[in-house]
Amino acid sequence: MRNTGNLKLSARGDREIVMTRVFDAPRSLVFDAYTKPELLKRWLGIFGGWTMPVCEVDLRVGGAYRFVWRGSDGTNMGMGGVYREVVPPERLVNTEKFDESWYPGESLITATFVEQGGKTTLTVTMRYESREARDAVVKSPMEGGVAQSYDKLADLLASSPEFRRSERR
Amino acid sequence: MQPSSYGQTSSDRLDGVFAALADPTRRAILARLATGEASVMELGAPFDMSQPAISKHLKVLERAGLISRGRDAQRRPRRLEARPLAEATGWLDAYRRFWEGNFERLDAVLEGLKADKKRGRSKR
Repeated sequence: MRNTGNLKLSARGDREIVMTRVFDAPRSLVFDAYTKPELLKRWLGIFGGWTMPVCEVDLRVGGAYRFVWRGSDGTNMGMGGVYREVVPPERLVNTEKFDESWYPGESLITATFVEQGGKTTLTVTMRYESREARDAVVKSPMEGGVAQSYDKLADLLASSPEFRRSERR
Repeated sequence: MQPSSYGQTSSDRLDGVFAALADPTRRAILARLATGEASVMELGAPFDMSQPAISKHLKVLERAGLISRGRDAQRRPRRLEARPLAEATGWLDAYRRFWEGNFERLDAVLEGLKADKKRGRSKR
């Protein structure tokens, strides 16, 4: 199976997605990288030719943030929200809404940074307005590639040791 | 399966799919079915397992919507259902890969910050 690093990702209850990841750095640095525009621009959502030309952060309770990504074909994708809690370097709560959202309502994102032995555990809880909204987020990446995912899973299953063992018998 | 309420039931379905995929025998059964439909006998053949035990696994897969029964009343072949699998792998693959990618880049940023700090250039 593909190496999935140490990212833990799961659905919790009806409306939440919870994500946990450990970083080999003190939490003050992780918090900085998570909240400073010049650092955010270097990691958040920039893949496959996407850049982040707009990254504005007003890091205080009630302050707004605004991110815009631009694809290599010129497509823009924007989102933003307001900070509800700002407790550097341990906790950040903000609302989130995409400009052209494919799910109803805005979501509430809670990030906690827990440091132990120089490593930081980041836990991000994404709470959506309804179960339908959460499920739309879960489902969204696969809408375009149903058959492709299916093929990939077949490959994955076929390469599993259990299957090879069962074939040999 | 109820296509009209697909959105509402998708979460329960995902739970069922993941539970079904958690077992190695059931994964092996799915892998076999990925190559074409098969009867219960054929599915049970590779395993040192009783027919009832195999049937139990098939029931779990069926409840999760991962397999269905073919038309042939005599053989009652099982076949793979693509959609719930795609939903599960879509979640596992695409959503997870998106965040893994982000966090791997964040790892690199943090390494840079740590190096800067060591060199005493983190004053800004």
